[in-house]
Amino acid sequence: MILAFFSYFALVSIAAGVLTVTLRNPVHCALSLLALLMHVSGLFLLLNAEFLWAVQVIVYVGAILVLYLFVLMLMNLKTDERYFHASAPYFAGLSSLGALYVLFLLLRSPFDGAKGSAPAGAILQEGDTYAVGIKMFSDHLLQFEIVGIFLLGAIIGAIVLAKTPKALEAERDHR
Amino acid sequence: MIPLTAYVAVSAVLFMTGLLGVLIRRNFIIVLMSVEVMLNAANINLVAFSHYLESMAGQLVALFIIAIAAGEAAIGLAIIIVVFRSKISTNVDEMNLLKW
Repeated sequence: MILAFFSYFALVSIAAGVLTVTLRNPVHCALSLLALLMHVSGLFLLLNAEFLWAVQVIVYVGAILVLYLFVLMLMNLKTDERYFHASAPYFAGLSSLGALYVLFLLLRSPFDGAKGSAPAGAILQEGDTYAVGIKMFSDHLLQFEIVGIFLLGAIIGAIVLAKTPKALEAERDHR
Repeated sequence: MIPLTAYVAVSAVLFMTGLLGVLIRRNFIIVLMSVEVMLNAANINLVAFSHYLESMAGQLVALFIIAIAAGEAAIGLAIIIVVFRSKISTNVDEMNLLKW
């Protein structure tokens, strides 16, 4: 059962990733990115990370993707005649070679290491949200604060960047 | 039980797809979307290792990555709007002001 779910989520997320990169119309790309994000959140669910699943659906799909769609609608882009870079085939060949090499290395390596202090059974007892909260506000408090400062900076930067410049404003008032 | 290698393989293929998108697409918005694909691949990797090595740290880092992706999307789209306003184009080949 888990195998069926895993193969469904994995195959659809890879297919949606390929479509995101290759489709012609930017809005279609955004919609296949939506499919990718939802199926990646399904993979998180299979890995007992239900808090991350909720964050993925709410923040990624609900906020980031909607921001992308807003900007796409705002610009009303025409699709370019040549929408790939001129040397795309070389890059495609190189990156598929790189992917095959990485896959070869992955299939050979054993992936073993010291186990941490949060086995799946203990997490399932209290819930993943509880475990994430306890860990975040004890061991990772500094990173949490840094991310807060970063988001504040991002908000201010986005507002300053996207504000209508003075010259354009004056021109508009003139009319 | 799914082996860890399967998750890591999915994440590697997704990452390579995103990298390919960054390299070959010419529309700036789609380049940013490919970056999101790469960030998601990294998140799958982190959560998979967090599950199989029984530690919470991976999930926390994935959470911080989602926050950073939100900031990156906001700043990137603001830059696109500024460039689009002055050049009426989102083609990355035409943004060469800083090139020498």
